[in-house]
Formats: sequence, C-alpha cells, structure tokens
Amino acid sequence: MAYYDFAFDKLGLRDWCDADKTSDGPVSMADLLAQTGVEQEQSAFTIPFPSLDELHDACAAVGQSRDVTKGVENGFLAIKDVLRYVLDPLTQPLSWILESSISTFESTPWWLMLPILAVIVFLTSRSVRLVGFVMLSLMFLAFVDHYDHSMQTLAIIFVCATLCVLLGVPIGIAMSRSDRLQRMIIPVLDMLQTLPPFVYLIPLIFLFSITEPKLYGIAIILYAIVPVIRLTNLGIRLVDADVIEAANSFGMTNKQKLFGVQIPLALPNIMAGVNQTIMMSLAMVVIASLVSAPGLGVLVLRGIRNLELGVGLVAGFGVVLLAIILDRVTKAALDRVNAAQRH
Amino acid sequence: MTNDIKVSIRDLYKIFGDDPEAALQHVLNGTSKPDLLKEHGHVLGLKDINIDIRAGEITVIMGLSGSGKSTLIRHLNRLIEPTAGEVSVDGDNVLDYDEKKLRELRRLTMSMVFQKFALLPHRTVLDNAGTMLNVRGVKKSKYLAEADKWLKRVGLEGYGGHYPHQLSGGMQQRVGIARALTSNSPIMLMDEAFSALDPLIRTDMQDLLLELQLELQKTIVFITHDLDEALKLADHLVILKDGYIVQQGEPQHILLNPNDPYIEDFVSDINRARVLRIRSIMTPLTGDIPANAHGEVDYDDTLESMIALSGGDTSHAYIVMRDKKPVGTLDMSNLVKALVPRLATEEGARKY
Ligand SMILES: Nc1ncnc2c1ncn2[C@@H]1O[C@H](COP(=O)(O)OP(=O)(O)O)[C@@H](O)[C@H]1O
Ligand SMILES: [Mg+2]
Repeated sequence: MAYYDFAFDKLGLRDWCDADKTSDGPVSMADLLAQTGVEQEQSAFTIPFPSLDELHDACAAVGQSRDVTKGVENGFLAIKDVLRYVLDPLTQPLSWILESSISTFESTPWWLMLPILAVIVFLTSRSVRLVGFVMLSLMFLAFVDHYDHSMQTLAIIFVCATLCVLLGVPIGIAMSRSDRLQRMIIPVLDMLQTLPPFVYLIPLIFLFSITEPKLYGIAIILYAIVPVIRLTNLGIRLVDADVIEAANSFGMTNKQKLFGVQIPLALPNIMAGVNQTIMMSLAMVVIASLVSAPGLGVLVLRGIRNLELGVGLVAGFGVVLLAIILDRVTKAALDRVNAAQRH
Repeated sequence: MTNDIKVSIRDLYKIFGDDPEAALQHVLNGTSKPDLLKEHGHVLGLKDINIDIRAGEITVIMGLSGSGKSTLIRHLNRLIEPTAGEVSVDGDNVLDYDEKKLRELRRLTMSMVFQKFALLPHRTVLDNAGTMLNVRGVKKSKYLAEADKWLKRVGLEGYGGHYPHQLSGGMQQRVGIARALTSNSPIMLMDEAFSALDPLIRTDMQDLLLELQLELQKTIVFITHDLDEALKLADHLVILKDGYIVQQGEPQHILLNPNDPYIEDFVSDINRARVLRIRSIMTPLTGDIPANAHGEVDYDDTLESMIALSGGDTSHAYIVMRDKKPVGTLDMSNLVKALVPRLATEEGARKY
C-alpha cells in the first residue's frame, strides 16, 4: 500500500515494523487525503522522497515528522524551567527600566518634552535646521494624536539602544584584542543577523510571560546589538598601526592606549555602529508589538488585523518620521566626529 | 669625540619567521639573507650589529630601503625583540627589563620621531606636543606650559589650538619634534623623520635639528636613506646593507676611505666639495708656517669655500687656522685630488 513497503520487506524488517502496531495513532493530513482520494498510479515522476512521513506509512515503527517538532518542543520545555530560573531574575531589571522609562516619557508633559528633545538634538547635531525639522515632525505626530504612541516607541528605543551600546562596545573591544574571541563571536553575530526577527520571538515567548516588557526588550537588544559590536571591533582593528606603535614607544599602558588612542580613533566607526543599532531597534520595536510592545507598532498591527487601512498607514508614516529623525540626528553627530579627526 | 657611550649594541641578530632560533644557526654558519629566505623561509633582519652610540652626538644609520634601519632603531626601545644580542643603555641591559622598567625607559629616557608623524588626530597640536608628559601623569596645566614652550622653539607659535590635519607636513613633523623635546628625554630616536618632506622643507628641518642639537646636546639616533642628509647631520655614520654593517665611523673618513664597492658607489654621486672639510685633508703643521701661503682658511670650512677663495687657481696654498691658531697647511692640488672619488672610474662599482 505505501510506496516504501518493499524496502522494509527486503531488509527483513517487517516484523520489527509491525511489532507494536496497536492502534492507528494520530493520522497525518496526507493520510486523510489518501483515504478519501483515488489511489494514484505510480510512475517514475511520482516517486515520493523518503521523508519521515512517507517511511512511517510503510513502517509504523518509524516516527513521523511531527514527532520531531514535538521532540524539539519537549526538549525546550524540559530546559525551560531551568533557563527561566536563571534568566528571569537576571533580566528582571530590564523590565523595570523599560517600564519606568516608558512611564517617564509618557508622564512628561508635551510642552516640557519637546524643548528637552530640541536641546538634545541641538547638542548632538549643532544644526538649527535639524532641530526645526524634528520639532515640526513631532508636532505633526502630536497633531494627529500619535504623540503618546511615538513617545512609547522612543522610550523603548532609548532604553534598548543605550543598553546595546553599553554591552556592545565592551564586547567589541574585547573581540578586537583577541583573535580567538573574534572567531568565536562572529558566527553568533552572523546568526543573530540572519535569523528573521520573528524567530527570536518564539523561544522568548515560552521563556517569559508575554505581559513582561523584558520579553520584547531582549528581542530588540539581540537584534540590534550586532552592528555596534561589529563596528567597534572593526574600528579598533583599523586604527593606524603607526599611531599604535607611537603610543607603545611613549610607554603608554594598555589602558592609556585604549582610552587615549584606540577608542577615540575608532569613534567614527563606533558611531556608525550606534546609528545602525538605533535604526534596527526601531525596526524591531514595530515587530515587537506582536508581543505586547507599546508604541506606534500597536497601531500598525491594528491596521493589519482589523483591516483599518488609514490607522495602519498613518502609524506607518509616523514610524518613517521617527526613523528619519533618529537617522539624521545620529548621522549629524557622526559627521561632527569625522570632521574633527580628518587625516 | 671622547663622550661617554650612552647606548651600546652588541652582537645583535634579528630574524623574522616562525623559528628564529633555528634560523639563527644557519646565519651563524654563514647562510646569506637571500638563501635564508629561499631555503628556510626566514627573513634576516639584522646580522652581527655592534654600535657604540655616544652621548651628545648624532649617530646616523644609513642604508637603502629594506636594509634593516627601522628594525635596528626599534631594538633600542624594544619595540622589536632581538633574536640574539644585547642592547645596553647607560650600562644597563635593556633586554633584562621587565614590563614596568621598560615602560619607564620609554617614558623617561627615549623619545621617538616617526616618518609618518604619528600624531593623534583627535588632539590639538598643543595636546599632541604634551603627549609624553601626559602619559607620565603630569598635570595638564604643567605639561601644557612645557609643550607651549617647545612649540615656540620649533617655530609653531600660535598653532597650539589647531588640529594636526590643518597643518602642512613640515609643520606636523615640527609638532612631532616638539613632542619628543617636551618629554625632555636624553635620547631621541628619529626614523626617517624628514624623508616624507619636500626637499626645501627637509633642509629647513635639518638646520632646525642641528640648531637644537647645538643647544641641547641630546643623544640622537637618526635614520635616513639619503647620503647628503646623513653627511650633513652625522657625527658618527653607520652604513647598513642587507641587515649588516658595511662600514661605520666618522663620515669624512668614510668618504675618503670607503672600504667596500657598495659604499664607493654610494659616495660617488655626491658633491664632495660641499661635504668634505678642510680638516679632513689638510697636512698637519710640523715646522714653521710656510711663507708662500696665499691666505688663511678655517679648520671646519668646506672645500667649496676654499675653491671660492682661491678663484680656482690650483697653484695656491693656504694656512689652516683653528681657534685663531695655525694647525696645518693645504695645497689646492691636494684639494683637487680629494675631489676625485676613489675608484669612481671603475665600471664595476655601478652594479650595486
Ligand atoms: N615583521 C616583519 N616580518 C618579516 N619581515 C620583516 C618584518 N619587519 C621587517 N621585515 C624585513 O626586514 C627587512 C628590514 O626591514 P626594515 O627594517 O623595515 O628596513 P628599512 O627600515 O631599512 O627600510 C626587510 O627585508 C623587511 O622585509
Ligand atoms: Mg624604515
């Protein structure tokens, strides 16, 4: 009846196959279809790939593909409690920080928040035009009643990007000093960068309760930390060897070299990494609305779920505005660093 | 020239490669640099180097590119570790130093000037000049005053607030020199310090260095691939080829008595009248002052100035004066002989 019956018969495994064929356990979709449909004629073109499901049809002792996914799930559930026991307290502060940051951003009245942001933008970019653009954009968002959602998004990005820098820069520095460490970390970074963002969410949903902010905090940090690590490492490795030799000849200690020469000269690259990290945080914070991250993403999601075209598009435009603001401000800061140390 | 020996290099060997110790045996058994590379895959950097560097003198190490000059000077402050040999500074073997003492040596005893300047682009000229004091932990208010003083001394008054990229190459190297001087270290290492500069600016910088040296009497190790520069600056000249010393000594002496075709070829191209000094070719005074002399010339004058004095007349003879006392005589005919490079006619000398 099944295509691969002959293989098990020839190998003399029939007895083993039928040994504990008690009941017809769960049936696969394909089986159901086969039962209802007409028996198909077999030809060279229809030889099925010997997949788990196909082999299971021929021999009940072979597992089905669903057993694999089930196994993975069981394995994960088995270590989940241990992981949780370790990770939960470790990451708890992240929830607190996110919560308090969001509530600070929300509770600051708009007439105080806008000037504060204007000052920050001016200090980092020294450009009055950019300050004007940022103010107009934020006022537009406020005007169409997207102010609260925008502030929530900004609060999350603020926390996650800051943590990315605080963790990523030291990791990048450590990598730049040890080729072995670099060889170990680069595959991890490659993996983090190629995994589709949704895939991060899956294990995290099981590990943490979906109502906790740290769930999306971790997802954003894992996704966005990659460029700052990479570019810190690269920037320090690219520092002119002549200058490093000079620093050695002056009798600088490693610490003096790191803070007086390597980090300052790598700063343009590090800043480029920070810029990318912020942009990736923004991308992820929208996706993270699937796991209860507040902000503009929630509105985008509502637009998709309820087919509310207008809501989705306006919120999407808000995300674009925030992206332009964050990009321009960090690029302006980067340009200032570059201008100060042209060779 | 009876100054104390400040730095002495003894039996120094440096081999680049995976197993320098084994390669050293081949070198000691007489394997040449090309053979060592071809047969054993190791680069012979330095071979059997012995130099005494005297305090207060400019020792110039000259050689073509790849001859090992940079490798040699980096052994003095152990930026490069030797394969064998000894480097002592003030009688102390530097190779015995632990990390802390080595750092102290680099901070206090030696300062270095680099071909590509190696200034810190994110710091102002003033901060750059004060780098070495900053590294030592001197307070900013103190080292900036000191840095300012030396910037003025090298002709960069008013540029303290600029950034290096705003200055020309020559000015950047002045900052490099000010940085070395601000450290107030007795030894200065200069690796092709002027090679990246335009000829006119290079001459200015050489004059500046000689002027500073007259005043400060540092122990300077200067590296160059340019013979004119070497002859202008050197009290002691070391000529390097393929990692070994071909000849070393007083530059005038090397010029008049080259001991190797390689050096003969090197010196055949230079303007001898401008480089050779009367002291090097005069006949010391034995008896009375000859009566037929046409005038007096100074002991340290170049031959060029004597030719100008004689108006080109080869029959003239002069009395050589030093500190207003006659010390020798010089015939124009002897002078002309000295102008002819030894073996310059020999075709073979060109092959190097
Ligand atoms: N780190 C190194 N590894 C291998 N070979 C080297 C290294 N450093 C220098 N060399 C070789 O040593 C020789 C001398 O180099 P160097 O001291 O830089 O010469 P110079 O300064 O006279 O131009 C050259 O043949 C060069 O290729
Ligand atoms: Mg060199």
